[in-house]
Amino acid sequence: MSSAVNTFQDELARRGLSIEQAHAMLQTMMEIRAFEEMAEELFARGLVHGTMHLSIGQEASAVGLSAPLRPDDYLLNTHRGHGHCLAWGSDPKLMMAEFMGKETGYCRGRGGSMHIADVESNNLGANGIVAGGIPISVGVGLSIKLRKTDQVVTSIFGDGAANEGAFHESLNMASIWNLPVIYYCENNQYAMSMSVERAFNVEKISQRAAAYGIPGKTVDGNDLLAVRDVVAEAVDRARAGHGPTLIEALTYRYKGHSKSDRQLYRTRDEVKEWQSRDPILRFAAFLEIDSETRKAKQAEARQVIEDALTFATESPEPDVSTILEGVYA
Amino acid sequence: MRELTYKDALNEALFQVMKADERVFCIGEDIGVYGGAFGVTAGLIEEFGEERVVDTPISEAGIAGACVGSAVTGMRPVGEIQFMDFVTISMEQLVLQAAKIRFMFGGKATVPMVLRMPGGSGTGAAAQHSESLENWFVHVPGLKVVMPSSPYDAKGLLLAAIEDDNPVIFIEHKLLYKTKGHVPEEMYTVPLSDTKVVREGRDITVVATSIMVNRALEAAEQLAAEGIEVEIIDPRTLNPLDEEPIIRSVIKTGRALIVHEAVKTGGYGGELVSRIMESEAFDYLDAPIRRLAGLDIPIPYNRTLEYHTVPQIESIVSEVKRIVRGEV
Repeated sequence: MSSAVNTFQDELARRGLSIEQAHAMLQTMMEIRAFEEMAEELFARGLVHGTMHLSIGQEASAVGLSAPLRPDDYLLNTHRGHGHCLAWGSDPKLMMAEFMGKETGYCRGRGGSMHIADVESNNLGANGIVAGGIPISVGVGLSIKLRKTDQVVTSIFGDGAANEGAFHESLNMASIWNLPVIYYCENNQYAMSMSVERAFNVEKISQRAAAYGIPGKTVDGNDLLAVRDVVAEAVDRARAGHGPTLIEALTYRYKGHSKSDRQLYRTRDEVKEWQSRDPILRFAAFLEIDSETRKAKQAEARQVIEDALTFATESPEPDVSTILEGVYA
Repeated sequence: MRELTYKDALNEALFQVMKADERVFCIGEDIGVYGGAFGVTAGLIEEFGEERVVDTPISEAGIAGACVGSAVTGMRPVGEIQFMDFVTISMEQLVLQAAKIRFMFGGKATVPMVLRMPGGSGTGAAAQHSESLENWFVHVPGLKVVMPSSPYDAKGLLLAAIEDDNPVIFIEHKLLYKTKGHVPEEMYTVPLSDTKVVREGRDITVVATSIMVNRALEAAEQLAAEGIEVEIIDPRTLNPLDEEPIIRSVIKTGRALIVHEAVKTGGYGGELVSRIMESEAFDYLDAPIRRLAGLDIPIPYNRTLEYHTVPQIESIVSEVKRIVRGEV
């Protein structure tokens, strides 16, 4: 993470980050994990109606990505998107309420885990369709260009989405028009059960950038600052009007694809091997936080999520009389 | 009265709305210097520049996505799909994104986009360039589906569609582009979901869409000479449908024929028949409601075969006579 000679203070300072900001990023990662663990627990207890896609193990990817972005930038998220929402600054209470299908949730309980959106904060939503958000990024990019602002849009998708036709059409269009899009591929090694080794004949997904004449970068997605750095570079490029970048963040989901995954396609050793590079423990170690302090922070994160659950539990269900609302404007 | 072609009426609408509203831009294949495959966007790029008249690569999913993403962030895109058939490539963005974003996000987003596309046969373009796929979209809540049959409606409905806060699938007809009719010079809208009685008559209600409205009008003239008075109704917006004028008409005439170009099985006619049967008009029916629609085949290339695939003036005339004379 840091070179042997530099202290973590140097590493942060070099990036213009304060220790407080670094601690806040660690805290966000912990809240993401606590949210996901709670989601899993609620599901196991039969308290959640639908499915979910947990991002445990991918927290640095989410927090590192959002770190260089501004509140007026846009987010197009994936189905495995709880972490990205929290990193974007979404309210865990409204997220948890949405997850539980409550009227107070971000989408009034109509969207659920796969569709958490908050258009007011430019979070244009998680997407249940693999690569579904990628063509939308072209439109958001065009809109930014036509309105002549210096916003950027991050289009997040998984390794599976890079094999959809929409990926090709969209990256080409974004490239020829120099649109301010950060194409962020979270390569967590599996598209459900299909491994990247079986699904790609290129070594790195980022190599595909060459086909569109744009920069392609592969980064250790479990290294928060490395993710932040590569995204910051892409953001600078996009804001300056030089067009999109394709970033591939190598990471891993510790849990199965969704609620019904028996994980027959991978080994326990493989999971353990990735857990040894856990993004939260790595960043805590980098910040020289002792285990006692770390545990206290984790308990704090857990409390934030417990409070969110209380809010969600006490919130009302949508009224059936409102069932037709929201189809048409 | 000033006359314009259907194509020029659409073109004028685009010129006027782009002048009036900075948020409106056009995007599609060959819509710039080429002017669009059927000439609807001719001259726009010279007036508004390539930033607002965006020529795209052949990427129909990308075009649809560009409309969705720009609409949800405050623009008013007007996309063009060169032939309606090619919209099959855009279906994911239209059906799973554009149509659902508002509902899925709890009614907190709008997707004010229009996607124009020419449908229909009669040009010898064969099976992959001649389809009428409107009912695919009618079946998707969240989308609006508009099919203008006259130059006046073409302009007014396009301006209404652009003004609307929902995704609108705007289906033109290739054979209508050259038809002429009265079109006021000023900007005006024809409201969406406003079914129009195109011709009044006492003997039978013919509900027709797109070019079939024109064919039904010609059929009605021939039938009038034989003493049969046909009432012709054009829904103009297929979904959400303003059904009341149709039901009122059937109550008056006691008979109904639905005419559309799309294949009969699973077509819009089935929906219209059901709406009538489920309404109070059922008690007034003197004959079975009939559907005259495209044969359940792909559009053939051969001129004669193509002609016989979809309803024509003479087939409307004979079907109306059979119904009115109680032969069905």
